[in-house]
Amino acid sequence: MEEESVGCGRPTGAVIGESVSKGQKKEQVLETKEGKMAAVRVGGKAPDFEAPAFYKGKFIKIKLSDYLKKWIVLCFYPGDFTFV
Amino acid sequence: MLSVSVDSQFVHKIWNEEELKKMVKGGIPFPMVSDAAGSIGKIYGVYDEGAGVNIRGRFIIDPDGAIQAMEVLTPPVGRKVDETIRQIQAFQHVRATKGAEVCPSGWEPGKPTLKPGPDLVGKVWKVWKP
Repeated sequence: MEEESVGCGRPTGAVIGESVSKGQKKEQVLETKEGKMAAVRVGGKAPDFEAPAFYKGKFIKIKLSDYLKKWIVLCFYPGDFTFV
Repeated sequence: MLSVSVDSQFVHKIWNEEELKKMVKGGIPFPMVSDAAGSIGKIYGVYDEGAGVNIRGRFIIDPDGAIQAMEVLTPPVGRKVDETIRQIQAFQHVRATKGAEVCPSGWEPGKPTLKPGPDLVGKVWKVWKP
């Protein structure tokens, strides 16, 4: 995992394990994806994303698809300093 | 395990150092992801526009990248980690048997599984004793 000090989280526009098809700009795909939020369903592929993260004392960039072939628990919560 | 909130990675660092290290020896052992504009939460359907935060959504993703389970709670109620682990164990068992065995309600490792098929129809009561 590469170290990165700044950046922002963004969906790649593809589902995990697949690349964005040619000719599509990521922004356009994102809009399309947001319009199709029902696409996130059990049995379906997880949408891929890249984002900055804090991990073991370092700031890194993670990509969900880096964890393919492993079991992943993706856990959202309202905010730091709250209970999870 | 990946945790995600709209807080920056810098706030994650301070939370880990100031509070979480006091509860978890050595601090948080997995990446704490920053989703500053909620753009990840939006595609997973867990971003609350009004509050500007991600609500409590939990997704179990298998090694093929398929979402096997999701659980979404509003903020006031927290989750139970044991239940998440039980579900992962059950999905791993089903995967190991290539779907030949399924895990009925209340299943835990060591408890009997069911083998779906014509013979099981109407006979679940014989093999499944909760």
